[in-house]
Amino acid sequence: MALLQVRNVSRRFGDFVAVDNVSFNVEAGEFFTLLGPSGCGKTTLLRMIAGFDAPDGGSILLDGVDLADQPPERRPVRTVFQSYALFPHMTVTGNVAFPLQMSGTASADIPAKVRAALEGVRLTGFEQRYPHELSGGQKQRVAIARALVTHPPLLLLDEPLAALDAKLREEMQVELIELQKDVGIAFIYVTHDQSEALALSSRIAVMNRGHIEQIGDPASIYSAPETRFVADFIGTCNLLEGHARATEGNDLTVDIPDLGEVRAASRAPVVEGSNIAIALRPEKIHVSRSVPPSLQRNRFTGTVTSNLYMGDVTVYLVTTERGRQIEALLANSEPGRSKMFDVGERVELAWPVDAGHVITR
Amino acid sequence: MRPGAGAPAREAQRNRWLVGGPPVAYLLVFFAAPALIMVLASFRIPGEFGGLAPLFDPAGEVNLTLEAYTRFFTDPVYAEVFLKSVLYALVTTLACLALGYPLAALIARSGKRHRDLLLLLVILPFWSNFLIRIYAWMILLGPQAALARTVNAIAASFGAGPVPLLFSPFAVLVCLVYVHLPFMVLPLYANLEKHDPALLDAARDLGAGGWQRFWRVTFPLSLPGVYAGAALVFIPALGIFAIPDILGGPDDTLIGNLIKQQFLETRDWPFGSVLSIVLTVAALALAALAAWVGRRGVGRGVRA
Repeated sequence: MALLQVRNVSRRFGDFVAVDNVSFNVEAGEFFTLLGPSGCGKTTLLRMIAGFDAPDGGSILLDGVDLADQPPERRPVRTVFQSYALFPHMTVTGNVAFPLQMSGTASADIPAKVRAALEGVRLTGFEQRYPHELSGGQKQRVAIARALVTHPPLLLLDEPLAALDAKLREEMQVELIELQKDVGIAFIYVTHDQSEALALSSRIAVMNRGHIEQIGDPASIYSAPETRFVADFIGTCNLLEGHARATEGNDLTVDIPDLGEVRAASRAPVVEGSNIAIALRPEKIHVSRSVPPSLQRNRFTGTVTSNLYMGDVTVYLVTTERGRQIEALLANSEPGRSKMFDVGERVELAWPVDAGHVITR
Repeated sequence: MRPGAGAPAREAQRNRWLVGGPPVAYLLVFFAAPALIMVLASFRIPGEFGGLAPLFDPAGEVNLTLEAYTRFFTDPVYAEVFLKSVLYALVTTLACLALGYPLAALIARSGKRHRDLLLLLVILPFWSNFLIRIYAWMILLGPQAALARTVNAIAASFGAGPVPLLFSPFAVLVCLVYVHLPFMVLPLYANLEKHDPALLDAARDLGAGGWQRFWRVTFPLSLPGVYAGAALVFIPALGIFAIPDILGGPDDTLIGNLIKQQFLETRDWPFGSVLSIVLTVAALALAALAAWVGRRGVGRGVRA
């Protein structure tokens, strides 16, 4: 049985449906991420799991027990708040000891547990500091230590890294993964940052307008998006809209009005004539002055309209003959060269049949 | 000093004096100078018909004495009145805290629209005259008023005789609390309103029930407001004379009444000055103590 079961949960605020019939399971020890733009309902969902808000419909079960009648202080889940919410009048030790005192832990056992929790988040030597004497990253560690000190089965994290600067955020991501493996506690992580979600999660639920668009591991979310929203929200994507003209087994010929005829492989049968989209990741596109003979399908010529040098890669925007703009990406593996192609240069674009992912929703 | 930094620095200093000068001058003339006169008066000899005796007597001797101080510190009657005043002020402060805290919390947690109205209601009594409000209590607590009749009816049902409400310590304390309550509510509200609601969510999430959230989070964080409110209630309550004058019985003479008597009735200015000095020193000492406790207890964390 799954550790947490969210069954058909809905939440309305007046006419606004914040969470719309959402169901998913979280297994013990899993790193599960709720990913979506702001206002998609992910934080509302998290607050309902923590108990700060109640669903209008559906149920939330932890270890098979319905949580509906348990107020937040009685639920074994813990939350790491976006603002950290450290108690400003307590030292680091006081903050981390707080949940132990609330749970009636013998006071003789508290110092050792506090020490272990702080060692777990690599924060020692700050025990007697007050929160206002700590940096953002240190506050973050205290908040996590405080939430983990009682070894809850499930930890809820509400955009915990959003307030940190980019460099520190990356470091904390690595530490979070290691910490989560060490403690073996299931995490539900809420974020709007798709790269953070891809880097951290064992599974991701992509949310949009209160419902779940797709649940899956990061690789399948990225490479096999099931909906246009997921394709567009995760990473960059050329979304080629058209309709299926002919099918041979799972191979499709798709008419893209502003591009031309595109061949793609579908994993599921597609109705001939239906409107579909092909999600094509920029790094899957081959850009060159002359296309190698192995790529005979999906060949288009175009003109480079801009090139954005990013350091490790360069992004090229290419406008094809019929006016469609395609984004392609090349790694700058050759030393000393920032750009392979100049603006205004004519290039050939090509991609294998299985590079484009067919989306019917 | 860097070259050229002189002119702007001089200008900044001049502006400081322009802004700060008038209030400083006002305080020097109308507060510091009278206080100094009072200190000097406390060592003089009372005049035959009030006021002060001349500094030099006809023989040319300087007329300075510690007699007024000796009188205060040797006659236990004065210490008794002084301690009674401290007790009344203390009870008033605690009662204002007990009544004002829930009220301030209620206002701080109410919606933005109601908040301004509720705050207005708290300060509404200030719109009518202080003495009129005290006299109003004379009517409210009077023997013919509904309150006294109800209390005495209940007392009679237990076989007790009629209890006078007016001209009693009860009347004095009720009015003291009534008059000072806004001074407790306003600083407490200002503090409670700033609390981050996420802290209570966090405490709840970490397993704290309602009382634990209050005693471990809300109350310690509100202590600066509690100290400010307590000082604003305790210090004026300590020196008050109008309320015991009007609503008190013969035993409700407080230090404020005593000081007023010395200046207006007994016309013993030196002794009145001594009483005033003792009152001021006691109030300052208590304020310093409260500030020290506040800094030691929670100051470090709360300032963040």
